[in-house]
This record gives sequence, C-alpha cells and structure tokens, in this order.
Amino acid sequence: MISDWTLWLEWFIKALVVTLALLTGFAYLTWYERRALARIQTRIGPNRAGPQGLLQPIADAVKLIFKEELTPGKADRIIFFWAPIITLVPSIIMAAIIPWGTSFTAFGRTITLYVADINVGVLYLMSIASIAVYGIVLAGWSSSKYAMLGGLRSSAQMISYELSLGLSFATSIILANSMRLLDIIDAQKSLWFVVVQPVGALIFWIATLAEVNRAPFDMPEAEQELTAGYHSEYSGMKFALFFMAEYQKMIVICAIAATLYFGGFLGPFVDKYPLLGPVYLFIKVVVLLFAMIWVRATWPRIRYDRLMSFGWKIMLPLSLAIIFITATGIVLQDVFNNDLYFWAIPVVSTLAGLFTVAIVYRELRRKAYERA
Amino acid sequence: MSVLDPVVELIRGLITSGKMIFEKPVTFQYPEEKREVRPRFRGRHVLKRYDNGLEKCIGCSLCAAACPADAIFVEASENTDEKRFSPGERYASTYEINMLRCIYCGYCEDACPTEAIVLGDNYELSFFDRRSAIYTKETLLEPVRTENMLTPQKVEPKVYTRSVPEMKDPQD
Repeated sequence: MISDWTLWLEWFIKALVVTLALLTGFAYLTWYERRALARIQTRIGPNRAGPQGLLQPIADAVKLIFKEELTPGKADRIIFFWAPIITLVPSIIMAAIIPWGTSFTAFGRTITLYVADINVGVLYLMSIASIAVYGIVLAGWSSSKYAMLGGLRSSAQMISYELSLGLSFATSIILANSMRLLDIIDAQKSLWFVVVQPVGALIFWIATLAEVNRAPFDMPEAEQELTAGYHSEYSGMKFALFFMAEYQKMIVICAIAATLYFGGFLGPFVDKYPLLGPVYLFIKVVVLLFAMIWVRATWPRIRYDRLMSFGWKIMLPLSLAIIFITATGIVLQDVFNNDLYFWAIPVVSTLAGLFTVAIVYRELRRKAYERA
Repeated sequence: MSVLDPVVELIRGLITSGKMIFEKPVTFQYPEEKREVRPRFRGRHVLKRYDNGLEKCIGCSLCAAACPADAIFVEASENTDEKRFSPGERYASTYEINMLRCIYCGYCEDACPTEAIVLGDNYELSFFDRRSAIYTKETLLEPVRTENMLTPQKVEPKVYTRSVPEMKDPQD
C-alpha cells in the first residue's frame, strides 16, 4: 500500500506543478504580450513595477481583486457565478495530458513527466476544448442582451473553427498512427510533422487563433467596436477569470501545437537527459506565443461575415483535402512500399494550399470588380 | 497583382511589423528622462528680474487686463528708495495667478510693458487642492543669484525713476 500512497503524492505534485505553471504562465504571458507588442510598436512597454516590469502581473492581479464586482440586476445569478469557472477549468485540465518529457529516475522510482497518459489523448483535448464554449455561451446568456449577442457570436465562431481544428488534429493522428500524444511525439523523432504536413500545421494555427479568440479573429472581445461581447457585464475577479482562461488557453494550445506539429519536448540530447524535455517544450511554446502576438500586432480584425465564410468555405474544404491527401499518401506508401508517396504528401498539400489561395484571390478580384 | 497576393501581402505585413522590433523605442522614460520643450513653449509663468536683482514687474495690471480667463490678480504698492522692489513708482505687492483658470495663451506676456512676465518651460503643475492652484508672487518670482540681490533693496536716490526701461532698438 506504500507504493499507492507515493503514487498519489506523485500525481498530486505533478498536477500542482502544472496548475501553478499555468497560473504563473498566464500572469507572465500578459507581461510578455505587452512587452512584445510594445516593441513592435517601437514602445518600451511596462517596465516600472520591479526589474523590467516583472512585478506588473502582480500589480494587475491586485487591482483586479480589489475592483468592485457588479452583478446585473436581472442576471441569472447562479449561471452568472458559474460561467467564468466553467470557462476557466477546461483551460487548466487540458494541460493535464500534454507530455513535457518522458521519464526520469529519482528516489528509486521512475517519475513520468506528464500528469496523465490517455490513449485517446487527442479526443480528450477536443472534447475539453469544446466544453469551454459552454462557459462563454452561459456567460452571455446570463448577463444581458448585449452580452448574449456577444456570446452567440463567439460560440458560432468557435464551433465553426472547431471543425477545421479537429480535422487538423486528425492529420497528425493519421501521420502518427495513434491518438496517444506520447506516440505522436515519438513518431516525430526523425521528422517534425510540420515538415510533412505544412499546410495542415497552418490550418491548425489559423483554427487555433480563432479558437482562443485571438486577433485577427478576436470578434468575441473586440474591445474597440463591439464592446467586449460575452463578458461585458463582468468585472473584478470574475472578469479576471475569463481573462485568465483565455491566456491559459493560449499557452495550452501553443503546447498542443508544439506537441502535434513541432515535436513536443523533442530536441537535442533529450534522450540522455529527459529533464531537457520541459525546457525544449517551453522554448517552443514561447516561440509560438510570440507568433500569436506578432499576428495580433500586424493584421487587422477580420469582418464577421468573412470570418464565417472563411471558416466554412475555405478552411473546412482545405482541411478535408489535407486529410485526404495525407491518408492517401500513407496508404500508398504502405501498399507500394515506396517512400516517394510519403514525400508526395507535403508537395501535394502545398499545391492544394496554393490552389486555395488562388481561389481566394479570384473571389477577392470578383468582389472588387462588383464594387467598381 | 498576382495569384499569390492574398498570402504575400499578409507575409509582407508580418515582415514590416517584425522589423520594428529592432528599431529603437521612441519612449521617453518621463520622470528620469525629460524631453526639452520647444523654444516657444508656453509653460508656467515666471516673473523676471533685472541683472541687479530688482523686479521687472511694476504692478501696472496690464497683464490682468489682458488675461481672457481672468486668472491674474495684481495689487500695486509704492516704492521708496529705502525699500525698492522695482524701478519707478510702484511695484506689485500681490501677484497671483490661478493656474486652474490660466489657459496659457501668453497674452499677459504680450501685454507686459517691461517684459516682466514670461511663460517659462515648466509644465509640471500639479496640486492637491484648489487653494494651492493659486500661485503667489513668491512662487512665480525668479530666484536671485546672490543674497544681496534680494528685494527690497536700499538704493541711491534719483537713480531708478523710470519704471519702463528705455528701449534702444526694439527688434522684436
């Protein structure tokens, strides 16, 4: 029974580490985003609180905690209270199955560097990511009519892009021949999936941006023109929970992107020193997060009808085509035992991507012609 | 225009904003690092002195008359050779500017016959209550370089009879 007890302790400690890492990661992601955005706009960004502004997140947290919390008079109080929590929890528990290393030996036992190892890990990710939509819908539904419109807007967006997201999950499942995240990472030992399926990675990235409500798809919280959306009635700590959920989702989804397409914790010498795994994963997540911030600093917000038609008319067919190409390539490689078919996957899918771009171009030209 | 434009333009945008990271930030770290104001900047008023320490202000109240915001209040008193504040007959015994009313138009500067009041380069005007928004003569008056130049001064009689200095060649 002793081993049982230590197993529980190990799980508890690992879960605690992941949760705390996400919570501090959220705080410092806000700092990182503000500094990076500022540099892109040739500003300096927050650098007053503490060295290089590193205490800024703490100041922000204190401010949010002490802010007055308002509940609209006609709000559904119970749902209004639970909605931020329903949004926050999935963003944390999603991180549970992301492996940040293999395993190492300490205290005479093997300690694995992941909280849970689920053999249908990708399905788990998909389902948990979908639960987050409930929080947003309920938040909008329980507060006021404007928030309701915002909630509907964002849930429609998230559901639309979830299809492409799921299909690009499927691409790497096909490539790895497994749903277990550890197997997916193992399959990328020789080659990252982003090389095999660059278009799939791109679709994943775009769908991700829409899924976590980041620019240029940040309609749900378009502060400037749409007055925040689903969380317009929230203030104080409840608002902070939404804020937290969003940034944690950013971190988690970047970790998932790293796992599915950029080799996860893999890197030089990671076989010999498994503790290097978390370091590599961290570096990859930081780089991917920078890409998100870079996109936010550059591209304008997309119009809502275009967002929808882009999701349904371009992303969805393209990701279906990508899956088809990937699956066909894998099958043909097996049947004819010829690696040429495997290498046809990136080539053909790039061609498919270019074809899609050409269609978009044609559509834009037609629209411009009609306007003239 | 080429077929790849939808993507090329997006990437060009990314490159443009990515380049800016390597540019020097334009931010001034304000309290530590202050930007020089422009030569014609109109900041807080300063009451000037002559080289010998006498105040230029003769208490004529022309600035108060010119002030569109009615921010200036001047009260004049008589000068004597025993206790001389400024050349001529009178000096400003009270000189107050309400900084909450002042609009920094600079009309007082234009109206002054002795160029006593000048809008300086100090823009850091903050106060906690309305009373301290009224700047008195002590605050506004230019500090003196040496102790013996403080006003009132005891001067030779019949020297400082003219209140407005003689303009030799008015250039400006």
